[in-house]
Amino acid sequence: MHRHDFSYFMHEGVSNLFSHGFMSFAAIGITVACLLIMGTFSLVAYNAEMLLQTLESEYEILAFVDENYNDAQTKAVGEAIRKLNNVKSVEFITREDAMASFEERNLDDYMRRNIIPSMFRDRYAVYVNDLKLVRQTARDVESVEGIGDGNVRVDEDIAGGFILVRNVASAVSLALIAILLVVSVFIISNTIRLTTFDRRDEIAIMKMVGATNWFIRWPFVYEGFLLGLLSSLIAFGLQWLVYASMVKSIAAADTLQFLRAVPFSSIWKPVALSFGAAGILIGVGGSLTAIRKFLQV
Amino acid sequence: MRDKQGFFREEKEGGARVIRLKDVEKEYENGTYALRGITLTIEDGEFVFLVGPSGSGKSTIIKLLTGEILPSSGRVVVNGFSLTKISDRQIPLLRRSIGVIFQDFRLIEKKTVYENLSFAMRAVGATPRTIKNRIPYVLKLVGLEEKADQYPHELSGGEQQRVAIARALVNNPYTIIADEPTGNLDPARSLEIMRLLGRINELGTTVVVVTHERDLVNRFHKRVVLLEQGLITGDGVGYDAK
Repeated sequence: MHRHDFSYFMHEGVSNLFSHGFMSFAAIGITVACLLIMGTFSLVAYNAEMLLQTLESEYEILAFVDENYNDAQTKAVGEAIRKLNNVKSVEFITREDAMASFEERNLDDYMRRNIIPSMFRDRYAVYVNDLKLVRQTARDVESVEGIGDGNVRVDEDIAGGFILVRNVASAVSLALIAILLVVSVFIISNTIRLTTFDRRDEIAIMKMVGATNWFIRWPFVYEGFLLGLLSSLIAFGLQWLVYASMVKSIAAADTLQFLRAVPFSSIWKPVALSFGAAGILIGVGGSLTAIRKFLQV
Repeated sequence: MRDKQGFFREEKEGGARVIRLKDVEKEYENGTYALRGITLTIEDGEFVFLVGPSGSGKSTIIKLLTGEILPSSGRVVVNGFSLTKISDRQIPLLRRSIGVIFQDFRLIEKKTVYENLSFAMRAVGATPRTIKNRIPYVLKLVGLEEKADQYPHELSGGEQQRVAIARALVNNPYTIIADEPTGNLDPARSLEIMRLLGRINELGTTVVVVTHERDLVNRFHKRVVLLEQGLITGDGVGYDAK
């Protein structure tokens, strides 16, 4: 494409945009709304994933060692657990440490006065790689000699709950992205179809004098590109505002202290890229759909 | 290759600038037979009137020559392009070798005379410099050099048709096809337009004029092809040639 062609296409694309100002405005508005919904759900899914990863790193299976085992045997139990599948790391906790930790969490004086280290057992905190496999890992730990049946504590409900939240958020955001992409392409396509209808005489003349199909298409492709780009810029700005206020409210809420949202400043680049790419895809896709019928020779 | 105005002119296959129709038949999808075996040759630089009543097949011939439709059988060759085996990509190139003029002018109302012409040049990828050099020359040729900045609605019917002729000429085609170019004009303006087409022909461009205006045709001593019910029933000089 020559430089003079590029500036011509750009000029035509911009003037197309203003020839149906209201429809362009409406198309941008709807595309912004779609991008914003897609973005919000994707960010929720992303945060759920991040939270799950943190939980995975903090989630522990407690394996209580047989009380009759000496130090060397206890150490061997630890080594055996470390070698199991899905085990990321193993941390040994003595009965004294366990008592100290218990005391920290239970400040009741009566209890403090009446507990002694022998009430606790030496234990291993087992950290896993994949939270989904925690049930099987717990069973494997149980089968290690020196642990035995009933001596492993695992909270499967919490693990299952977070996996469910992550999976639902991912599925919803994927479904929404698919649906809203189609909606946005349809809206932009209809806006550009209005322009092509408005310019049908010009298109007919262009075809008559021997313009190639791509020469006719380019101004409309630019129009779609500009609609998409403008939408993505506005949506990105709004997403920033919405997300930042969400993070602020979560941080301020006492009941949501366990949630740690990723700050926008650390994810703005991939978000901007995704919004830009989605906007341009929607715009160009819409314009190509709109112009297709007009170009049959 | 560039012409005197510096305008790029593509040499066609074998340099052929001839229009050839051989045993051409055209049946539309609804079963109507528009052409029933036409054989016609228009040589480079000729001026031909294509005449006949409504439904005789004149419009079908124009659509065939511009690549809008394809023949049902027979061979059509226009300026080196064989329309029986033309690809979609070649159709724009075929159309660049032809300038078409319509009865209703088909100008873009919101563009000035100059912009109407530059639009047609832009559409085939002409550079801004070529456009700047070419348009004053063509406007002078059709006698509208003073009207460049006017809009079509500010012009008379005859002037609008001259703009349409200028647009057809601006890309320097080998052939001009005029479909009832005087249908919307009074006799004096019609004569003016025909004389202009004659002058263009004298400069070397092949001109095919579709018309049903017997008196006008008879004022020019040119070849006349008579079409009736999809067949050529006359070919000679003057409307009444048989």
